[in-house]
Amino acid sequence: MRVPETALSLTLFVIQSLNGLQLGVLLFLMAAGLTLVFGIMNFVNLAHGSMYMMGAFFAASLYQYTGSFLMAALLLAPAMLALGLAVEWVALRKLYQRDHLDQVLATFGLILFFNELARILWGPSPYYMEVPEFLSGAVDLFGIRYPAYRLLIIAAGLLVALGCYVLIHRSRIGMLIRAGATNRSMVGVLGVNIVLLNSLLFGLGAVLAGLAGLLAGPIMSVQAGMGEPILILTMVVIVIGGIGSIRGAFYASLIVGVVDTLGRTLLPALLRSVLERSSADIAGPALASMMIYLLMAVVLAIKPQGLFPVRNA
Amino acid sequence: MPLFDLKQTGDPMNFTPAAPARRSFIRHSLAAAALFAALGAPASHAQAPLKIGFIGTMSGPGGALGQDQYDAFMLAIEQKGGKLGGVPVTVIREDDQLKPDVGVQAATKLLKSENVAIITGVTFSNVMMAIHKPITEAKVFLIGSNAGPAPIAGKECSPYFFSTSWDNDMLHEAGGQLATDLGYKNMYVMAANYQAGRDAVSGFKRDYTGKIIDEVYTQVNQPDYSAEIAQLQAAAPDAVYVFYPGGMSVNFVKQYRQAGLLGKIPLISAASIDGSTLPALKSLAVGAITSAPYAPNIDNPQNKQFVAAFTKAYKRVPSMYAAQSYDAAMLLDSAIAKVKGDLGNHDAFRAALKAADFQSVRGPFKFDTNHFPDAGFYRVDVVEGQDGAELKAISPITIKTRANFPAQCPMK
Repeated sequence: MRVPETALSLTLFVIQSLNGLQLGVLLFLMAAGLTLVFGIMNFVNLAHGSMYMMGAFFAASLYQYTGSFLMAALLLAPAMLALGLAVEWVALRKLYQRDHLDQVLATFGLILFFNELARILWGPSPYYMEVPEFLSGAVDLFGIRYPAYRLLIIAAGLLVALGCYVLIHRSRIGMLIRAGATNRSMVGVLGVNIVLLNSLLFGLGAVLAGLAGLLAGPIMSVQAGMGEPILILTMVVIVIGGIGSIRGAFYASLIVGVVDTLGRTLLPALLRSVLERSSADIAGPALASMMIYLLMAVVLAIKPQGLFPVRNA
Repeated sequence: MPLFDLKQTGDPMNFTPAAPARRSFIRHSLAAAALFAALGAPASHAQAPLKIGFIGTMSGPGGALGQDQYDAFMLAIEQKGGKLGGVPVTVIREDDQLKPDVGVQAATKLLKSENVAIITGVTFSNVMMAIHKPITEAKVFLIGSNAGPAPIAGKECSPYFFSTSWDNDMLHEAGGQLATDLGYKNMYVMAANYQAGRDAVSGFKRDYTGKIIDEVYTQVNQPDYSAEIAQLQAAAPDAVYVFYPGGMSVNFVKQYRQAGLLGKIPLISAASIDGSTLPALKSLAVGAITSAPYAPNIDNPQNKQFVAAFTKAYKRVPSMYAAQSYDAAMLLDSAIAKVKGDLGNHDAFRAALKAADFQSVRGPFKFDTNHFPDAGFYRVDVVEGQDGAELKAISPITIKTRANFPAQCPMK
């Protein structure tokens, strides 16, 4: 049984865990913004994936224009903030008081709008973006070469997570955000400008999603529609983590990232050791792609509020 | 979650071909156009234009392919002075959005309200399977220039259907043959987990004589392959064969390169790295080997003028999708000329198409009894050219074992 052996070797397990971690932090960047908007504004924002896509396109263009990855990253943040605020101001502000179905329909429309916009501006083919020169190599890690750029993604993601922690738990704005997540109307009654807080949250979410787009650009295909697959994963993450909870989003991202990655690699190999080769080949990939949804179902059954729910008054 | 299935969105009307560029191109290539027009029938004047329907995937991630098909088809017509076979033509373009139901609507519109005589294009197999029957049963000629699902090459073949591309199996039989020819003893095979992916692997196996260490199926539109690439690396094969059409190949090749494997473990692919995805990969894909029906450097006069004309008109290098569609236009040109613009006699027109009396950009070209071409396949490498990465045909591939579709087709 050659395949299971290689699949289960320790070094490979470590590498796959790193891969899972990397997917996890990318998901966290997406989930952080989405969970806040969902939890505090009680607003279902399907267009969050479009922010990710626009971030990737902006980053690819800025990178091409300036020739510097860092420069692109620096310019991207204000651009995404502006885009996020503009979308909130133009389209979403009117929807806060409407029910969820209206919000779903409107933000679904935004997805179509942004996909089409990207196609008009950047063309129907995938767009080019490469790994910055100084990170293009692979690092020797336990005898297996691991791409340096992916280590950067992990580092950047953890850094942002730390930043979020400080912002949410150690700053005045964070206090208001936490208060808003717990009891929105009370915060408004106490004289806090909820409208401004909402805009700010939305802008922050757009910046984080854009950052995810920037980081994903060099390893993935930058193209219209790239936001939807990751949006689905992000939804799973915030449901598992508990809607409105940054801490939950962080842990759930890592759990989903690792479960998805290990499931994809270990499950087919394990099935092969118990099933016939041909049936294992059919069942393996199918089951692997279901893993995180199964996980979500189990979490919902046991803890319907998610693993780290926000304590509501 | 079908709600999120946004592979196909958008408005086909947003495509505006580079008209000014094309006009200037026409001025410069009058000579070439005249040369080919001379092959046709004497120009007939004051004729009602012949209506040709074009159905292709023009929007969504697959939109680049349909656009290539459409642009090349229109280029051929421009070159011929707005005519095919000496008859003025108008082309009615429809976007199938990669949805079979939308494709059927488009076909119905073309058949019922536009009364077209000929339909061409068709980018993806699922759309082809949906519209093949309605069109051919209406006794309208369908000239497919890309999708070639196995059933319509075999027992569901039709006297009203012709293809200027290939049947799906052939792409991967060529891939398997190439791996055999290159002498790789242990291959690692990867494909997207859907029907075409599984067909790809079975086609590959038909002509690959070595050992397959492992075959891995990944989710359709999976963005990240790091886990699978790590597995692959641990298995240490002689080479890897992949089938990842569209954006999937961009993801995979980028990540394969970043893992430091491209150039270390040879990467062979079919219908993955092509004219539509290379612009997103550029030099990241240099060193990859592909099996393909076409490359811009194939050495024949017809291809030389085609590449020059296409590049000039659209400011990009033609892909295999463009080449196959250009062939479709030239095939129609030859056949319409042969019947002197009289499409009323279906048998005569069919015989004229079957003769394939045109110069293919792919080199020698003839039809099998199932109306699929017997035409060249090539080992095409991604190399660093003068203007960055480009696709370069290295050598022809001679496929030893073919799925015998003509035998399953009742037409003789």
